[in-house]
Amino acid sequence: MIDGFLALYIFMLAAFTGKEIIGRVPVILHTPLMSGSNFVHGIVLVGAMIALAHAESPLAIAIGFIGVVLGAGNAAGGYVVTERMLEMFKSSKDEKKG
Amino acid sequence: MSAMDTQMMLVWVAKASYFLAAVLFILGIKRMSSPVTARKGIVWAGVGMVIATLATFAITRGHNLGYILAAIALGVVPTWLWGKKVAMTDMPQMVALFNGMGGGSAAAIGAGELLKFSHAGAPTPPLATLALAVIGALIGAISMTGSIIAWAKLDGRMDKRFTFGGQQVVNFAVFAGAVLAGLALVFWKLDASLVVVFFLLALAFGVLMTLPIGGADMPVVISLYNAFTGLAVAFEGYAMGIEALIVAGMVVGAAGTFLTQLMAKAMNRPISNVLFSNFGGGGEGAEIAGAQKPIDAADAASLLYMAEKVIIVPGYGMAVAQAQHKIWELSQALIKAGKEVKFAIHPVAGRMPGHMNVLLAEAGVPYDLIADMDDINPEFKTCDVAIVIGANDVVNPAAKTDKSSPIFGMPILDVVDSRQTIVIKRGKGTGFAGIENALFYADNTRMLYADGKEAANQLISELKAIEGGGGH
Repeated sequence: MIDGFLALYIFMLAAFTGKEIIGRVPVILHTPLMSGSNFVHGIVLVGAMIALAHAESPLAIAIGFIGVVLGAGNAAGGYVVTERMLEMFKSSKDEKKG
Repeated sequence: MSAMDTQMMLVWVAKASYFLAAVLFILGIKRMSSPVTARKGIVWAGVGMVIATLATFAITRGHNLGYILAAIALGVVPTWLWGKKVAMTDMPQMVALFNGMGGGSAAAIGAGELLKFSHAGAPTPPLATLALAVIGALIGAISMTGSIIAWAKLDGRMDKRFTFGGQQVVNFAVFAGAVLAGLALVFWKLDASLVVVFFLLALAFGVLMTLPIGGADMPVVISLYNAFTGLAVAFEGYAMGIEALIVAGMVVGAAGTFLTQLMAKAMNRPISNVLFSNFGGGGEGAEIAGAQKPIDAADAASLLYMAEKVIIVPGYGMAVAQAQHKIWELSQALIKAGKEVKFAIHPVAGRMPGHMNVLLAEAGVPYDLIADMDDINPEFKTCDVAIVIGANDVVNPAAKTDKSSPIFGMPILDVVDSRQTIVIKRGKGTGFAGIENALFYADNTRMLYADGKEAANQLISELKAIEGGGGH
């Protein structure tokens, strides 16, 4: 278990990091970035997998199973959609070069 | 090596992998916020996700392995295939849907934790663990049902708005009930039936909160729920003691909140107004005198032929008509004829911020022809013809002039300043916010009633006819 204050520092530093790293995002990337960050919180899958692995009663297994299905959907769907959006930026860049 | 050592080593490997994944997520998001590196960014984040998932198999050591593999397959396969084949125009609702799944997953983790704690004889968890498990579950559940409603609305499966008398009172009561149930779980009694009541109230609040929000505010709402899910993941990560969830969830929570603020600022509306004042919901707006004046493609093409500077204003209608390629073809024809062409993008045009940029990028429009609202607005005065294709509320001058209009105060593109305006539109209906647009009745506005793609096609061939006919 993580010490309370240490966790508080992690929360704080992660929050500042999140704000800083997208600080100068151009409007053109707002939608892909939202979609990309949507993919990143698909890491919830890992938590759901561990919860399901530790589940023993049928109810706990059912809840864990739902959690893993939803988390995996978040990660997989989020990745595909983001990749497709960003793929389009290639064609425009190449056109500009050529 | 003894079994104990092996186990410790696997845990170490998993923890190190989570650390690596967290670093890759942060670098990935950072790369995704610049056009040059964006495409690599998602790959970095994707590698992080694969590493973290594989490492998790090391510490779960085969417990319930069949269930885990089945659940992952069930989650990945349909969403992957669906995400691959869905049309670009439907991307916003897909983001809403996948975000809702993440929220639901966080809520399910919370439910599992609470269930575990509520077993008779289970050791009492530390207060912070219990409290964050409850808060994460609350936020995750709200994000899940809220996102599903947002998806249904954007996908046209549900009436745009749903309001009833005393709605805000009911919403507040449900929210207060969920919070009270949560407090009771933390400070009074971890009771299984109370857990059920808590979740039902939280899920119901997500629905109720999203129902009255309509039209132009949906982008802000999706972004907000994205931030919510991030926070829920971070809090459940603390409850379970998984650092990667804390860091990734919190980074997304903060970045998402910041993005939401950027969008709300672009609309000149505090987030509280977006959520609680039924934007685009009730207001009538002033009656507009006069009539819409139609134009046919041949006349519109000659207006364009005479123009020196043309500004194109795309909106959601262009996305629906899939007209971006044809519009770019038309623009190239105009550029070839020596005209200055620019695209003006309102920050919330379409259903998400940047939605139009994505579509124009798909069609191959170079960045330097695309201008943001603040840069382009002074240029409308020197613009000969503005072409509005499928945009409505974001060009409605009532936002500046009519205090009774529900969109009063929202920054708009000053298309009304242009010498001539051609509005390409399928019919006479109102926009997503459901209000009349004074621009369409202006003396120098002409309406070209057609599907966006069809209209662009006609304009291209009429332009060719004029040039071929020696119109010089």
